[in-house]
Amino acid sequence: MADVVCCLFAAAGFDRAAVGILGAGRRLADSSGGKLVALVLGPANEAVASGASAVADRVLVADQAALAEYEPETYLSALVALAKPISPAAVLLGSDSYSQELTPRLAHRLGGSAAGDAVAIANDAGTLRVTRGVYGGKAVAVLALKRAPAVVWMRARAMDPADAAGRSAGSVEKAALADLPASRVKLLNRHVEAKSGVRLEDARLIVSGGRGLGGPEPFKQLQELADAMGAQMAASRAACDAGWVPPSWQVGQTGKKVAPELYMAIAISGASQHIMGIADSKVICAINRDPDAPIFKHCRFGLVEDYQKVIGPLRQAISQSR
Amino acid sequence: MNIVVCIKQILDPELPARDFRIDAVRKEAERGSANLVPNIFCENALETALQFREAHGGKITALTCGPEAAEEVLRKALALKADEAALVVSDVPGVPDPMFVARALAAAIRKLGPVDLVLTGREAGDWGAGQTGGLLAEELAVPSISFVENVEPASAGALNVKRQTDSGWEAFEATLPLVATITNHEKNVPRIPKTRDVMQSFRKPITKWTLAELDLDPSQANSYYEVAELSIPRKETQCEFVAGETLEDKVAGFASRVTEIMRSL
Ligand SMILES: Cc1cc2nc3c(=O)[nH]c(=O)nc-3n(C[C@H](O)[C@H](O)[C@H](O)COP(=O)(O)OP(=O)(O)OC[C@H]3O[C@@H](n4cnc5c(N)ncnc54)[C@H](O)[C@@H]3O)c2cc1C
Ligand SMILES: Nc1ncnc2c1ncn2[C@@H]1O[C@H](COP(=O)(O)O)[C@@H](O)[C@H]1O
Repeated sequence: MADVVCCLFAAAGFDRAAVGILGAGRRLADSSGGKLVALVLGPANEAVASGASAVADRVLVADQAALAEYEPETYLSALVALAKPISPAAVLLGSDSYSQELTPRLAHRLGGSAAGDAVAIANDAGTLRVTRGVYGGKAVAVLALKRAPAVVWMRARAMDPADAAGRSAGSVEKAALADLPASRVKLLNRHVEAKSGVRLEDARLIVSGGRGLGGPEPFKQLQELADAMGAQMAASRAACDAGWVPPSWQVGQTGKKVAPELYMAIAISGASQHIMGIADSKVICAINRDPDAPIFKHCRFGLVEDYQKVIGPLRQAISQSR
Repeated sequence: MNIVVCIKQILDPELPARDFRIDAVRKEAERGSANLVPNIFCENALETALQFREAHGGKITALTCGPEAAEEVLRKALALKADEAALVVSDVPGVPDPMFVARALAAAIRKLGPVDLVLTGREAGDWGAGQTGGLLAEELAVPSISFVENVEPASAGALNVKRQTDSGWEAFEATLPLVATITNHEKNVPRIPKTRDVMQSFRKPITKWTLAELDLDPSQANSYYEVAELSIPRKETQCEFVAGETLEDKVAGFASRVTEIMRSL
């Protein structure tokens, strides 16, 4: 009952989240004296299986046709079928929306306790303790999960990789799952937005806009600035709710968690819920016409100005220096 | 179509950080002079239900679990023209236990009779557990879909459900009954009630159940997790405001800080 399970989705590839979740899982398994088992679900992906085996003691690959596309009911059944016989102390997932969706239901089916958005997990004399932001980031709580397994989705990208030096690779086994129940939910269509460059979560430079921009048009100016910098675009919830930009741009408590070298917040007030998504940025800077905007409390440098006056000249200045 | 919308009353999440205090003994936020409000995602859920009813008909029941005072969120829902409202009276102190809450809500939903669609918020703005919808689906033994922005009728006994993903959206056809956790979207921004409807909401009946009436044992609460520590992070950065005689100077100063970082990559 000290084993740790990490859940990986093959379709996501062996990305930074997979590396982070395996790192967190490895450390937790080692500190609990248990084994680390990685479950890999979805279409066969050699990179994920071998990447996982470098860190885990055992990798179970479930790539049957029924799991070709993510669908909550079947993936849940598959995870339960794979994890239950292991009787793990903890089951760790990443911060993608699928993992968030599955976490509480998986905990329920395994008879455990769930928690999400964990920034740390530790074994305290057999009880797993999870650290997470609460009250929209205004406080930090350590939750003691009373039932086993602890099923936890973590800020995987912020987790250190495992120290795999000197380890021999874990076994890789194919798991054929019989009798996955017929799903009562059928995927009809999946739309993936065309976005050039890296994904927001992996971006090193981000230009982000808020309600103070006043409409969708100024986002085009911001896009030009971002293009000149080679940056990705993001937005506050207020800008997304207004329909100015797609929901996938939202950063914060209920949006993406980003960790760029530079996050530039333009006409964003800096509500705690927004900060929850950007707190891991190396440097935050802002342009806001209100010198008392809370965002400046998180900034290394800032400019108190009307954005309309500075975005164009700023783009030019940055383009020229390149 | 019988729709239940689960609404949680929470401490106003817009309380500024500088006014936020915690009670170190009870390990929760101090209420102070802050308001208690319906969780925003529950309001998004109610708005989704109202739009569905306008377009396709149906009955909406607003449901909450909390102290007597949580009735206030139900009055708000009635003011927005929810058809009925029900309160599970629970005075369980401390951090909300999502499993216990899910059990209470499930028991209430079973009392309400056949329900086709249960809407919850994706997460509550206080403890941000993001679990109650999923746990509720398991308690009711029905499927669930998270981060839903819209539901439309499909064939009989089924719904078309559109939900947000990290990189776009997905459309599902889901057999009813279903639990959907609702996320914010430009189309489900909550409407404002009319004054007349607010007045009328106070005359509408609210069904109330005690935990005992639902066969729930309050000593079972807090067996899921407990708060071991709660603290306010103190992390403030010293912001250097870019200065300059002219706008050009300021922009140049800001640009040079930006390009310095760009070059270091
Ligand atoms: C449960 C919950 C979850 C939430 N999750 C998120 C989340 O994930 N992400 C998120 O962003 N928010 C989230 N929020 C909302 C959050 O609380 C704020 O409401 C939101 O972040 C505000 O967005 P904003 O800063 O763009 O708008 P505002 O707060 O309205 O700020 C606009 C800013 O623009 C400035 N401004 C105006 N005009 C100009 C101009 N011409 N030039 C320069 N500056 C100008 C103003 O001074 C102001 O500071 C959540 C809230 C709740 C309750
Ligand atoms: N006490 C409650 N009463 C009614 N609904 C609740 C309650 N707690 C949670 N919910 C529902 O579950 C959603 C997610 O809450 P949580 O799991 O606490 O983040 C909320 O948006 C509500 O729809």
